[in-house]
Amino acid sequence: MLRFAARRVLLLVPILIGLSILVFLFVRALPGGPETALLGENATPERVAQVRELYGLDRPVYEQYLSYVQSVLSLDFGTSITTRQPVVEEIARRFPGTVELTVTAMLIAVAVGIPLGFVAARRYGSWVDNLSTAGSLLGIAIPVFALGYLLKYVFALKLGWFPTQGREDSLMFRNEHPTGFYVLDGIVTGNPEAAVDALRHLILPALALATIPLAFITRITRASVLEVAGEDYVRTAEAKGMTRPVITRRHILRNAMLPIVTVVGLQTGLLLSGAVLTETVFAFDGIGRFLAQAVFARDFPVIQAGILFLAVIFVLVNLLVDLSYGLLDPRVRTR
Amino acid sequence: MSLSGAEAQETELSQPEEARGGLLRDAFRRLRRSPQAIVGATLVLLFVFVAIFAPVLAPYSPTAQDLSQVRPGNFPGPSAEHLLGLDQLGRDELSRIIFGARYSLIIGVVSVTIGATVGMALGLLAGAFGGWVDSLVMRGADIMLAVPSLLLAIGIAALLGRSITSVMIAIGVVNIPVFARLLRGAMLSQRESDYALASRSLGVTKGRVVLKHVFPNSLAPVIVQATLALATAITEAAGLAFLGLGSPDPSIPEWGRMLAETNAYLASEPLLALWPGLAIVISVLGFYLLGEALREALDPKLRR
Repeated sequence: MLRFAARRVLLLVPILIGLSILVFLFVRALPGGPETALLGENATPERVAQVRELYGLDRPVYEQYLSYVQSVLSLDFGTSITTRQPVVEEIARRFPGTVELTVTAMLIAVAVGIPLGFVAARRYGSWVDNLSTAGSLLGIAIPVFALGYLLKYVFALKLGWFPTQGREDSLMFRNEHPTGFYVLDGIVTGNPEAAVDALRHLILPALALATIPLAFITRITRASVLEVAGEDYVRTAEAKGMTRPVITRRHILRNAMLPIVTVVGLQTGLLLSGAVLTETVFAFDGIGRFLAQAVFARDFPVIQAGILFLAVIFVLVNLLVDLSYGLLDPRVRTR
Repeated sequence: MSLSGAEAQETELSQPEEARGGLLRDAFRRLRRSPQAIVGATLVLLFVFVAIFAPVLAPYSPTAQDLSQVRPGNFPGPSAEHLLGLDQLGRDELSRIIFGARYSLIIGVVSVTIGATVGMALGLLAGAFGGWVDSLVMRGADIMLAVPSLLLAIGIAALLGRSITSVMIAIGVVNIPVFARLLRGAMLSQRESDYALASRSLGVTKGRVVLKHVFPNSLAPVIVQATLALATAITEAAGLAFLGLGSPDPSIPEWGRMLAETNAYLASEPLLALWPGLAIVISVLGFYLLGEALREALDPKLRR
């Protein structure tokens, strides 16, 4: 298992190098070059010359790339054009919000999707099955921002069950945030009211964000369970008189899990990019909304760092997924 | 050799052709029997019909304003003259939805064409040559796929500036690694198939085997992917427009932007958010259903 893990981690190196080249070239492909990215489009020629020298833009490209990698490794992503703050601080401040949102969404998707897909497969052709198939189709077709508006209108504006936007009530500005995870902060600082408030702010955006992974997880669980349930070893287990729950746990679920885990990993990427849209709909202060604002303001240091950051998270999540294969299925380790 | 003998040989030789036609005919027969395919095709045809005949179908111009009826915080809802009501600038909502289909269709078709053409060219190179060409193309694809697709599209569109062209290029580029990888994978499995090996052993050149046999037989998954990619392209284009990355011209009725613009009026005019949302769902659902039905129809494992 250790060798399998080590090999898988080594495979990351070329991907990460490739990503850094992609993002490095990204601002250099900009009309006007990286000077524009650093200074914005209305910089004076003197400032441009100054920046070219300061950042060594007159040096050969490979030297520039090496110094870019060096600054990335020392977590220096430059300064945001709009907020004039170091990009790394801006991202660090908003990252917990996005983590809270995506983790809540994934929890909803997994907690609903796997049981729903399982029941649909076991009651193949029943109304539960048909309903879950139709529902997951709709979940795939509806854009997250359209669903976000729908949820916001019904549950926030009309019914008033949930707040319409933000991460916490504006009346709670005195709350302390030692970790940046607002729900956790409420618990840690002994302020249950703040924790509940933060949770209420999470529900609607997380629901909107959860639909696509929910749809895919339901579909793949249903397909996977249907396939495994038809295998010979399941029939053998039935024939030798094993009880239904034991067959389900030991044979069906465990073998059906691999494709489900793959989908969960892949969907994390959709969650991260979906967060850009959902956070915008709900004015939820996370990396996604920050990135969307940066796109609008053409704040390239932020766009560059944000894309690199989210891509690295996506790559790491998929590493975890691959490693979990090794735990779920011993055969993978020997390959 | 008698004439009839030569004829017999010819029929024998042309059998693979017939088998190919057989696969397509078979797939078409399966499609006609699949309710999923019928619903999907109907929605797609409806969408394409509306897009093409928008100037005939739309009751008003999508840019004509009737400001006399619009007051702040209160826009006239659905009525006999304006079936879906007026938007915040006094434009007929139905006409804007109808013309919006054009933008969605054009962006979808152009971007998927860009992605499929470039991706297939790269996949063909990788699958045909193997070796370092293959490694280079596939590692490049891996790196691009390491960035979540919408995020990559946002980056590219931001780089190119706000326009419909940059949206099409952005979504097209995001699709390149998907098609490259798909075609290469299908070609690899076809290359080792019995008929390819048989042709090689008969002395047919490698290039001819690839072009005549391996490539055409690898196209089924590409066709399926192209249909599904159209669904994704429409959603992603709407997402980019929603973020303000589409055309900067406010008169252009892009569904994603129409949705974004209603944010300020959501409490009083929820219907204005509903119509573009529904339009996106219907068009995406059509391509998605059709794509899934095609996948089932073209899957050799499911053939009887």
